[in-house]
Amino acid sequence: MDINDVRGLGSIFALMAFAGIFWWAYGSSRKKRFDDDAQIPFHDNDEMPAHDDKDRSK
Amino acid sequence: MSTAFDHPEYNYKVVRQFAIMTVVWGIVGMAVGVLIAAQLAWPALNFDTPWLSFGRLRPLHTNAVIFAFGGSALFATSYYIVQRTCRTRLFSDTLASFTFWGWQAIVVAAAITLPLGMTSAKEYAELEWPIDILVTLVWVAYVVNFLGTLAIRKESHIYVANWFFAAFMIMIAILYIGNNLAVPVSLGKSYSVWAGTIDAMIQWWWGHNAVGFFLTAGFLGIMYYFVPKQAGRPVYSYRLSIVHFWALISIYVWAGGHHLHYSALPDWAQTAGMVMSLILLAPSWGGMINGMMTLSGAWHKLRNDPILRFLVVSLSFYGMSTFEGPMMSIKTVNALSHNTDWTIGHVHSGALGWVAMVSIGALYHLIPIMFGRKAGDMHSVKLINVHFWLSTIGTVLYIAAMWVNGIMQGLMWRAVNADGTLTYSFVESVEASHGGYVVRVLGGALFLTGMLIMAYNVFMTVRAANKEAGNAVAAQA
Repeated sequence: MDINDVRGLGSIFALMAFAGIFWWAYGSSRKKRFDDDAQIPFHDNDEMPAHDDKDRSK
Repeated sequence: MSTAFDHPEYNYKVVRQFAIMTVVWGIVGMAVGVLIAAQLAWPALNFDTPWLSFGRLRPLHTNAVIFAFGGSALFATSYYIVQRTCRTRLFSDTLASFTFWGWQAIVVAAAITLPLGMTSAKEYAELEWPIDILVTLVWVAYVVNFLGTLAIRKESHIYVANWFFAAFMIMIAILYIGNNLAVPVSLGKSYSVWAGTIDAMIQWWWGHNAVGFFLTAGFLGIMYYFVPKQAGRPVYSYRLSIVHFWALISIYVWAGGHHLHYSALPDWAQTAGMVMSLILLAPSWGGMINGMMTLSGAWHKLRNDPILRFLVVSLSFYGMSTFEGPMMSIKTVNALSHNTDWTIGHVHSGALGWVAMVSIGALYHLIPIMFGRKAGDMHSVKLINVHFWLSTIGTVLYIAAMWVNGIMQGLMWRAVNADGTLTYSFVESVEASHGGYVVRVLGGALFLTGMLIMAYNVFMTVRAANKEAGNAVAAQA
């Protein structure tokens, strides 16, 4: 086995890793959790407690 | 700056500082850009002064817009996003403050040394070794602070924007140190440890990934947070964003060879660079489509929200330049485009259209929040709209002028007479480029004008917010 076999195996490994990530991301059993994860930016409130709209209208 | 706007939980101070400096450095860096563009149209504008010459100001321009403007935008948004999506304060306020003042010191040092002619002569890595060491220290503090914040998060999942930011800062650390390894001979001079073709390959391994990680992965982090936020809906496909992330970061690192087509670089390495660049189209467009489709069903929001328009048009420019890039990496196309203004046009469709516009959109969203207002609640929405059109028209003028110039130059340089002699001398192609150079100055000036309007709008927003905060305190007393 020489260095070129290692290179070839490297390519196969990269392809398998990609297929694995793809399978993991699109597996139907994980659909719900990823839909929930997509909501993370909205878990937080934009308003700052001390300076909400009412304060600003003064 | 008032402390009245400090958030009870998050460190907004460092975000506020970096956000304001993004606007300041944007104006400085783009003003230098307009000056050197004008020098190419009217060479007398270097006033026969060494420190105003194109060769010294050009790296000042690139360093200022990439690292001072783009860098500040990345610091501001990454610190903001990581806190809010992890629902925790930054790991360390001291490190945050160190990164801010350290980064500003680096920018000032660059602005002094580059016009003086101190340079390591590596593109996008011109800074000499003492500044490189400071960059490394600040960067390590940044990485520790960011990853530390992820470690203490209260949200169980790490949101995709943070994945892009983490990849960006880790890869930039590796690349920056690798490319800048040098033997110092004096305080202002060093020699690279790399030599010959290896030096060229290492340089473009860094150079292309400065684009791929600094100017792409980091700004995709901005996109994955601010596009959903501003549109008020989650990203089109979170699952696509995972595939997008892994595909993009694992392919980008191999594409740098395309900067060295038809050079002493071994042929196989050039071809590998080209093939990887072509593959890169898939994840690039996957991400672009993911951002765009976030708007599906809400396109009407574009009609009266200029901030969203900034974000979405930046994605259009991103899609355009990530199509153009792989195309230009094809060896036969590169034979025409290499060393011409087409390359400069390509860079700016990414830099102005994508990087600057997505940053500007994000800043208009977050600056009001930094001053106790609601997201996007700037002093004048009308002026944001004016800024949007100035940016868009400026970018289009710039890149169209460079396309025309670049293709013309490529065709003129390769034209041969029947007897095999060159049809045109080099200087004839320079003369023929004059019109394009003038249009470029105009496009750049429009873009810069937009930034000045932004500065005014930010100033007025901060002033009004300070007044309101003062009134609120008075009312409570």
